[in-house]
Amino acid sequence: MAALRSTSARILGASRPVFRVAAPVRGFANLADAAQESQTASGSESKLKTFQIYRWNPDTPTEKPRMQKYTLDLNKTGPMVLDALIRIKNELDPTLTFRRSCREGICGSCAMNINGTNTLACLCRIPAEDSAELKIYPLPHTYVVKDLVPDLTQFYKQYKSIKPYLQRDTPSPDGKEYRQSKVDRKKLDGLYECILCACCSTSCPSYWWNSEEYLGPAILLQSYRWLADSRDERTAERMDALNNSMSLYRCHTILNCTRTCPKGLNPGLAIAQIKKEMAF
Amino acid sequence: MRLSGLQKQILGLYRECIRECRKKPQASRSHFQAFARNEFNRNIGIDKKDFAAIEFLLRKGRRQLETYASPGVKDIRV
Repeated sequence: MAALRSTSARILGASRPVFRVAAPVRGFANLADAAQESQTASGSESKLKTFQIYRWNPDTPTEKPRMQKYTLDLNKTGPMVLDALIRIKNELDPTLTFRRSCREGICGSCAMNINGTNTLACLCRIPAEDSAELKIYPLPHTYVVKDLVPDLTQFYKQYKSIKPYLQRDTPSPDGKEYRQSKVDRKKLDGLYECILCACCSTSCPSYWWNSEEYLGPAILLQSYRWLADSRDERTAERMDALNNSMSLYRCHTILNCTRTCPKGLNPGLAIAQIKKEMAF
Repeated sequence: MRLSGLQKQILGLYRECIRECRKKPQASRSHFQAFARNEFNRNIGIDKKDFAAIEFLLRKGRRQLETYASPGVKDIRV
């Protein structure tokens, strides 16, 4: 405890003057860095980059969606697309709407279609080398709520339908936790990391055409995460729920999901595992 | 008059709204009816060939109906 306290005091002590300096410029780390950078690199020409962003306002539904262009100086912007979006919203156009939260790829809020690939804006670097315009759209084949915000109601409804929680009747032998061997735990690696950003599901052509009934790669990956869990006792029922022509078997191994996953997971493999377990 | 599929869906939504109003308490029933009517009237001027806008409003209307139909909503004011 004492050690903890002393370290936290040290951290606080060290950070206090930093905060005091950063306070007037509204504590964004990237902005502060960029300001320093521009001071040192003053004189060198600015690196301009144009962003084309999908705009649509639900308050005026008769107006067609349009692409709006914004030009930023990359020397004053953070390295990621999300930094650019935040800067556009702060400085150029406060009406631009998008979801964001953690800015480090753990919440899945900022999923969008950047230059034709579904990815998280916070994990996607702005391509600095080519001067081509960067195009940003909302996730494809989703209803748009506003600008870059997709309506994921159906996606969450499907997630709810697979009962994504531990189902068990027998209590644990010692009345404490449900234990798992290291081998069993290893089976969940590559499954539990999914953040449900919907990048994979919305990149799947099969999901585009059958999103009402086909569950889609993200939900099937989660489905397999509960099938593979050694502590879960409803495996048979879970399999039964998937055993129809639509829920699972609309997957035709197109593997767009695996290619696009911003977390580097493999929903295609998980779906193949489910199919294998159902077959034998 | 022959109605298109979209027109039928909109009339269906309107009828459902009016039907939901009857489940509300007697005192506030007219408020709900006025609200539903007003929501439809507001967008009555939309070009009937503007399918994207009409479909969006239809989805929005269904979502609103779902929200206001919950028994927790007792009264409404336009």
